[in-house]
Order: sequence, then structure tokens, then C-alpha cells
Amino acid sequence: MRSIQTEDITKTIAELCIKANHYLTPDMASVLENARSSERSPVGCHVLNQLSENLKIAGEDMIPICQDTGMAVVFMEIGQDVHIEGGDLTEAVNEGVRRGYVDGYLRKSVVSDPLLRENTGDNTPAVLYTEIVRGDKLRITVAPKGFGSENMSRVFMLKPADGVEGVKNAILTAVSDAGPNACPPMVVGVGIGGTFEKAALLAKKALLRDVSKGSELSHIADLEKEMLEKINGLGIGPGGLGGTTTALAVNINTYPTHIAGLPVAVNICCHVNRHAVGEL
Amino acid sequence: MEYHISAPLNKEEIKKLRIGDTVYISGTIYTARDAAHKRMQEALDAGKELPISMENNVIYYMGPSPAREGRPIGSAGPTTASRMDKYAPALLDLGLAAMVGKGKRSPKVKEAVIRNKAVYFAAIGGAGALLSKAITASEVVAYEDLGTEAIRKLTVNEFPVIVVMDCEGNDLYETAPKEYACQ
Ligand code: SF4
Repeated sequence: MRSIQTEDITKTIAELCIKANHYLTPDMASVLENARSSERSPVGCHVLNQLSENLKIAGEDMIPICQDTGMAVVFMEIGQDVHIEGGDLTEAVNEGVRRGYVDGYLRKSVVSDPLLRENTGDNTPAVLYTEIVRGDKLRITVAPKGFGSENMSRVFMLKPADGVEGVKNAILTAVSDAGPNACPPMVVGVGIGGTFEKAALLAKKALLRDVSKGSELSHIADLEKEMLEKINGLGIGPGGLGGTTTALAVNINTYPTHIAGLPVAVNICCHVNRHAVGEL
Repeated sequence: MEYHISAPLNKEEIKKLRIGDTVYISGTIYTARDAAHKRMQEALDAGKELPISMENNVIYYMGPSPAREGRPIGSAGPTTASRMDKYAPALLDLGLAAMVGKGKRSPKVKEAVIRNKAVYFAAIGGAGALLSKAITASEVVAYEDLGTEAIRKLTVNEFPVIVVMDCEGNDLYETAPKEYACQ
């Protein structure tokens, strides 16, 4: 058994909230950079240049990459040999988000009740997912999610007979409906299989995967490539102002499913595909 | 075409703007997003005055991140405009000259834009750090309790936008992707 204090969890989460909102991961930054040389539309190139300038300013002047600093989605992989001490884990996570958003000059975008809509003032609560894994480490991923793109995400409960063509149509439908609202170029996270909620979670997790690498499953890696090409053929382009860079990556995660179903979730993310990882 | 215009706007001047034009705005503009629009609509429904005049003004759909010490504002990029579609026609009819946001608008907004010879500009979504550099002052002028959603008066200097819907109702989001779509 290894002990980890909740205060250390809080501190790590606060730091990760601030880091994720000011710096993209190297794989994200590099696909964005590469898009500048492949984009065919002059307006598209202009937008991509501005995004690259924006990233530079964000890091140098500590101004969040985007003013929508998101709702904090926190993934925790907790080693089965870890013992958490010092208080309630969920409260420790929320305290981390609170400190990160208040001390880090991040926007508070969370309302306490979806219908009454009063701002909580500190961006809590987080959306927390825990998973028990082997080992004695604790791995934390903070993924602040902006809602311009979250609002354009979809779950489709397809029939097995719809097959891969149905999946392709679902992805293209979600992306074309998202259009300029989702701040293209987008990253498209797709979850195929599982149950209704499992597919959505697979899609969200797909956004965390390295965007420069394909799936380890060859048929899925092929599908990712094909879909990226098809999406970029839609012409939506950077900022939705026309162009050949509508998506930077399509990441697809899969899971076994029921004989009667083919759930597909498409979690759209903007070019500000944020996540930061820490380990305790 | 490229234009440099000052805000509040001159309605004659904005009639010449066409989709695809790059425009740099300098002067005074106002921010308002979901919650502020809802309150303005409630004020209008109750026959009360709006906290700011719409006449010739520009509304920027934006809720900034907090400013660090010594800075006028934090990150300050556009939010999705369609969420304001329900409220925009009434404001346009009261003289609102321009909206700045991102994303497509409803047919009702388009009709109101044409009817009032107004304009809808897009600022680049997700470029909030860069756009904040064109804002030199910010002051909350109404609904302070709404936090980031309060109405702010911004002083802007060469704030970069693109015309996505002009006073004739042409829509760049409809036309531009067609040019690059693979058939
Ligand atoms: S969709 Fe992304 S880039 Fe666009 S405003 Fe929201 S967080 Fe920012």
C-alpha cells in the first residue's frame, strides 16, 4: 500500500487546470502548425496563422488560449495499491479546480443547476471519472472542455445492419452540423460500441489520445484516416470560412457491444483540445 | 476588401461591407451573451429601458476570462452566436448596427439584418489571447452580478473581424465552404 495525501491531489489538479488552459500538448501544437502548410484557402491560412500567434501569446503572456476555459473534466486512474488519505477525494478534486480557476484567472463557466442557472463562481464541480488500475500510482488528466464544440456533439444508436457506412454517416453528420460553431479546425473524438453512456465516454477519451498517432487496431486506424480525409473534403475550413483543414485529427476508440446494437458517439472538440496529465 | 471603421458605427458606411471583407474596428463596443440577452429581453417585455442604447452600436458576444493585474481584460474571443438568435431581431429593430460572434445565424436573424441594413461579423473562435490585445479598456456597465456574462463597455483598437453576413443577407458560412468542398 502506498499512501497519497488529498492535499497533493488538490495541488496537482490546480496546476493542471492552469497548464491545460495556457499550453496545448506538443502533438496538438504540431498538427496545428503542420496544417498551415497544407491549407489551400488563403483565408484559411490567415486563420491558422492567427491561431498559431494566439498560442504563442497565451504561453508567453499567460492569457488563456480561449476565454472559454471550459468545464473541468477530470480522469483519475487510481492504482489498486494506493491508499488515499486526508479527506474526501471528490472534495479534493473540486478544491483543486476551485484553486486552479480562481488563482489562475480562468473563467468561471459552471452553473449549479441546469435549469435555475446560477453561476457557482469557482467553476466547480468538476466532472470526475475514476478508474481502478494496477500499481501504486495515481494518474490525473485534466481536460477543460469548451461548450461551443461540446454542444455540437452527438450520440447515435445505430442498428448492427447500419454497419461501417452508418458509422461514417454519423460522424459526417455531426461534423457538418457543427460547422463554424465548433471553432474548426476540430479534433473529432469517436466512440463506437459499449452502451449509450459508454460510447460517449469512449469518444471523450478519444480526444485525449495523441493526435499524431492512429489507433492500434489497423481497421480502425484506416477508418480514422478515411474519415479525416472525408471531413476535410467538406470544405468547412478554419473558422468555418472555407478551406481544406476542417479537422486536425479523428481519433476513434472502440469497445465490445451487444448483439442488437451499434452505439456511436461523436465528441467534437475545437482546435483548443486541452488536456494536461500529472502523476503522483 | 479591407476596411478600418470606428464604433459606434455609421450605418451608411456599413452598407458597403460585403461578405469576406476584413474589417478592423476601433472605438467603443459592448459585450453581451446568453444571460445578459435574456435580461434585456425581460426588460423589453416589461416595457422598461435597456441598460445600453442599441442605436448604431456593436454587440460582441463574448464573456472574458478574468484580467490579471495591470491588464484591461483576460482572454476575449467570440462565443457561438446562434444562442442569441432568439433575442437578436428585437435588438436589431432597436437600431443595433452590428453583432460580433462566431457561427451560423437563424433565418429570422438574417431577415432582421436585411430589414435594418445591419451586419454580422465573425471574430476568430479560439483566438481569445490574440484578440485581447486589441482591447484597451473594459468596464462593466450593467448586470454586474452576472460575472463574466455582465454587459461590458470595451474600448477597442483595430479589432479584427470578417464580414460573414452583410446587409443584403449574403452568408459567408454558406458560400465559402462550397468553394473547397470535394464533390
Ligand atoms: S469551441 Fe473551443 S475554441 Fe471555440 S470558444 Fe469554445 S473552447 Fe474556445
